[in-house]
Amino acid sequence: MARLACLILAAVAAFPTAASAKVNISDVEDEVMCPICGTLLELSDSPQARREKAFIAEMIAAGKSKAEIEDALVDEYGPAVLAQPAGSGFELSAYLVPAIALLVAAVALAVGVARWRRHGDGDGDGTPAAGDAPGDEDSARLDADIARYDL
Amino acid sequence: MSARSLLAFLAVCAVIGLLGFGLLSKGSAKIEVGDRVPDRALPVLGGGGEGEIADYRGDWVLVNLWASWCPPCRDEAPTLERWWRAHRDEGVAVLGINVQDNSQDALAFVDEFHTTYPQLRSVGDERSEAFGSTGVPENFLVDPKGRLALILRGAVDERILNESVDPIVEGS
Repeated sequence: MARLACLILAAVAAFPTAASAKVNISDVEDEVMCPICGTLLELSDSPQARREKAFIAEMIAAGKSKAEIEDALVDEYGPAVLAQPAGSGFELSAYLVPAIALLVAAVALAVGVARWRRHGDGDGDGTPAAGDAPGDEDSARLDADIARYDL
Repeated sequence: MSARSLLAFLAVCAVIGLLGFGLLSKGSAKIEVGDRVPDRALPVLGGGGEGEIADYRGDWVLVNLWASWCPPCRDEAPTLERWWRAHRDEGVAVLGINVQDNSQDALAFVDEFHTTYPQLRSVGDERSEAFGSTGVPENFLVDPKGRLALILRGAVDERILNESVDPIVEGS
């Protein structure tokens, strides 16, 4: 039994966890900015971007996790280095505005569809609404067309 | 105006206001000669407390915004060191402010060029924006009362220092 427990412990210890998984530089580069260029680091090749990439590579070589690397980047370059806006202050609007816009669009669509169905259904029993009935002039033209094509 | 039109008008105003606020809050300051120099306490590069431009009140200060990755900054660092050594006993200081950089590279730069004038560090772009900076390097001559006497966008060399900065400092 003790031997089995030892084997299980050894297997668990050998299994790579998320925290200990080796970070790839491209995992970080697509989530941080080159602050001077105003573009994602992976798209930048300015002198500052090259130094930032070297800094990340050193952190990876030192065995730091992705979160630790991002924290270090914020310490060195400020919060603007993160590609995703912070969830506070004015940058919160980056999340709120699309959500509010989506909500407003959904409500407008629902109201529009309801109104359209109300008008389209007439009185709701499948028969055309009174306002949709053709007038005398239209009826006469329809009769003339039917007669012309001998339908 | 119907309620629907009013609502649409308010929504458009809100979007324009939001965009305007975003643009204004990220914009750089505009500073001019005669303005009070933008100042705040910053960490000393390499540790050891904080410093600010006001620490040199009473002296002329040439504030140098720089970054280690910037080739013109590498060109001007030895010139600034020589100029500072020549003037430091005359009530003149050079104060480096490292911006848009990481501290490890910045310290390596100081070691490489043997600069001995004081160095502060600004994390990210905050000081560059405060100075209305368009890049690095940039130099700002601050008079003994803390007002901007000269703004030099770009790197300085011996000629610029001799022809533009020295007459102001020596004429005071």
